[in-house]
Amino acid sequence: MSTAILDERKSQIHRIGEGEIDIACNRESLAGAVSQRACVFCGSRVVLYPIADALHLVHGPIGCAVYTWDIRGALSSGPELHRLSFSTDLQEMDVIFGGERKLEAALDELIDRHKPKAAFVYSTCIVGLIGDDIEAVCRKMTAFKGIPVLPVMSEGFKGNKREGYLAACNAMFKLIGTGDTSDIGPVSINILGDFNLAGEIWIIREYFERMGVEVVANITGDGRVDDIRRCHGASLNLVQCSGATLALAKMMQEKYGTPFLRVSYLGIEDMADSLYQVADFFQDKSPGIMERTQDLVRSELESLMPELARYRKDLEDKRVAMYVGGSFKAFSLLKAFRHLGMKVVMVGSQTGTKEDYAELAQIADPGTIIVDDATPLELSQFIKEKDVDLFVGGVKERPIAYKLGVGFCDHNHERKEALEGFVGMLNFAREVHSSVMSPVWKFVPRRAHHASAVTDAPKGDHHD
Amino acid sequence: MTKPNYISTTNACKLCTPLGAAMAFRGVEGAIPFLHGSQGCATYMRRYVISHFREPVDIASSSLGEKQAVYGGGPNLKKGMLNVMKKYEPKLIGVATTCLTETIGDDVPRIIKEFHDEFGDLPLPEIVEVSTPSYNGTHTDGWHGAVRSLVGQLCTQERPKNDSINILPNMVSCEDIRHLKDICEDFGVAATILPDISETLDAPTLEDYVRIPTGGTTLSAIRSMSGASATIEFGRCLPQETGATVLEKQFGVPAKRIGLPIGLRESDRFFGMLEEISGKTMPLRYGLERGRLVDAYVDGHKYVFGKRAIVYGEEDLVAGICAFLAEIGVNVVLAGTGSRNKGLAKAISEVSSGLTKEMPIVREAVDFHDIAEEGATLNPDLLIGHSKGYQYANAWKIPLIRVGFPIHDRFGGQRMLHLGYKGALNLFDGIVNAMIAKKQSDSQIGYGYL
Ligand code: SF4
Ligand code: SF4
Repeated sequence: MSTAILDERKSQIHRIGEGEIDIACNRESLAGAVSQRACVFCGSRVVLYPIADALHLVHGPIGCAVYTWDIRGALSSGPELHRLSFSTDLQEMDVIFGGERKLEAALDELIDRHKPKAAFVYSTCIVGLIGDDIEAVCRKMTAFKGIPVLPVMSEGFKGNKREGYLAACNAMFKLIGTGDTSDIGPVSINILGDFNLAGEIWIIREYFERMGVEVVANITGDGRVDDIRRCHGASLNLVQCSGATLALAKMMQEKYGTPFLRVSYLGIEDMADSLYQVADFFQDKSPGIMERTQDLVRSELESLMPELARYRKDLEDKRVAMYVGGSFKAFSLLKAFRHLGMKVVMVGSQTGTKEDYAELAQIADPGTIIVDDATPLELSQFIKEKDVDLFVGGVKERPIAYKLGVGFCDHNHERKEALEGFVGMLNFAREVHSSVMSPVWKFVPRRAHHASAVTDAPKGDHHD
Repeated sequence: MTKPNYISTTNACKLCTPLGAAMAFRGVEGAIPFLHGSQGCATYMRRYVISHFREPVDIASSSLGEKQAVYGGGPNLKKGMLNVMKKYEPKLIGVATTCLTETIGDDVPRIIKEFHDEFGDLPLPEIVEVSTPSYNGTHTDGWHGAVRSLVGQLCTQERPKNDSINILPNMVSCEDIRHLKDICEDFGVAATILPDISETLDAPTLEDYVRIPTGGTTLSAIRSMSGASATIEFGRCLPQETGATVLEKQFGVPAKRIGLPIGLRESDRFFGMLEEISGKTMPLRYGLERGRLVDAYVDGHKYVFGKRAIVYGEEDLVAGICAFLAEIGVNVVLAGTGSRNKGLAKAISEVSSGLTKEMPIVREAVDFHDIAEEGATLNPDLLIGHSKGYQYANAWKIPLIRVGFPIHDRFGGQRMLHLGYKGALNLFDGIVNAMIAKKQSDSQIGYGYL
């Protein structure tokens, strides 16, 4: 049908309405296909990076550390250690003779210099190859320095981002259960899977405070090692996002019996629904929580809805394509766009699962394209085919949209605008509006057939 | 600064080797860069390059997984090249290795030879390979290595002697390359600039997504480099063997090495060299540009004289900026690069001779932690380098003059002009204005005339 799609990738693309959805996913990216995906290390780095009072040391050659230096907008209300990029910067001799001594020396030096509460040591591709025993070094340094030094087994080639999430959860799980929980109340939660991009977790925490819910640990946005150590004392885990921290919640359920709920803070329904789920959970322990939650949602919506309506007028029926990291976010976004009267015509994700895609297929409109692990050529083809007005993605997708003369919103880990919560929905609408409605699109070649409308002088403004 | 044997890196002042190679390959017409390694490296580098140029940057990868890491990446490299051929129809595939494939010891030239044998019946593109282990060098090594490989592997025949010249411009901006092209055109000199990223990394908005952007040095131009009258290569810190030395050795094309033409004197050297090689005199417009530059130097000298600057980044850019700063009376107190053994100190002393009283502290193989540690005691008035120094400039409350690559936190890095009289004027205006702005915002009165 098209020239953009390699035969071997056809099973990773589905159009709603064309038979049962049976998407191939969780595969290795195809060689030579220019995947938008990163690696295992990337997955671990995303999850652990926001823990602000930990040292994050990348054991490997320089690139892996340099390319992940402070690239995400994960804000901290206190320490900023996470924003520095530490690396063992392996050199040829280390590759030949092993990098363990260098790793030890680096930890020794950096822990003394920065006095972190814990250290995470990320192993990269090359470390897996030269066979450094990171775990042994970490054990040794834990004993020597008196802080937890945790290996993150994230060799890039061992899979995709998903495996990286798991490696991160494994590392964090070693911290949990080591802190004092005696002063934690019964109405208490941990927030999992939020990375405090642009301060989003502060918005969410404030909602829970208004509901009378104690937040024990942010995992990991604005995260602190000591909070994570005691987070097994919380009564409930809230897990946002596709899968970044789901594994951790499952491990905690198994070991500590902590139940978890899957939530989303994006869009009106999902935000409200998430708060109600929590209220529901604590109804017996916290009298009046339901009312407090209703009040909260009502007052937030009262100020939000009229403003949204203003944007909706302009945005009605505009077409959207999105390509996101995890597919869970895609559900929320899809609903959020419906609030704005917009039509989602393509949904793609880097790391969706079969179940995710099946669920997506249920709520998406007929004709919507669903794609796993897309390439730039495919994305550009879909943009054109569906004649979209807005593309939602990350930094690597932005120039693809712009080159084709299509509006773009960053909804990835690098966003600098808070998009969660009710206030986030408003920010989102505002950003979508300014992206879609800008007059610049009238000048791009893709819209050239409307060019006459641009050159014509506005009516009633004639000066002959 | 004496360092113990083992030391960690904090906020590196360098990038990894294949990134430089990928960028250089991108400046060849119809070329697609291809990293032989695991997927992450290619994706990270794309992201990095994209945020500077704001252009789609497709870099293919052989996407090695665990199995290939153990049994070798040859089959994936071949399959990847076939897929790239199908989808991109490239004229050239530029294969750069990564740490992973260097460590497992993949013999890329052999794999490519096998590829030619196995698929010789297909219309194969040119395949140029370069070895770029990142544990052995920085992105500038990757850049120069790729240029050398392009010349070495494509210029296989001696072409009849002609009047054209070759220019190997080093890692400069798209605007710099455009300026160089204009200069050559105005001189009436035919020039092959390799690589030429002026269009491929700064392209117009189009109706369709072009798989490989137009522009770049053509393959036939590269092949003809063996017949040129000379090769001018920019850089005082270049490796011994470069594209230019290869051409000299193989085909007797004289290699002329000069610093990046940044500032008045280094630009004079470049224009002088063009006059010498072409036998033509410099067109009037450049004489006027030069005159305006000197005029600006005079008009603005007081704002900058005696100011203390820290300069960091790619070794040759640092040398070039130091040359320019020496001319305007700014004292470079510290010059740093993440590269090592590039002879930066010697280059800086050469370009500042006769102008500066004191040599700056020159550091190779530094990271930003080192720069900050040493810089804090030096009391600098301004920082000059790429975006990554921002947090230090912010902490010291001094302006950061952004030059080079990457510029992630400002707009238009790819359109920034550094070279020639015009580039120097551009830099000068930027620095003078930064000094004026600082004075203005520091003053209680808020002078309207400065
Ligand atoms: S493994 Fe090597 S090539 Fe890949 S990103 Fe890291 S330093 Fe660069
Ligand atoms: S070397 Fe491995 S870990 Fe590092 S960026 Fe590349 S794929 Fe990821």
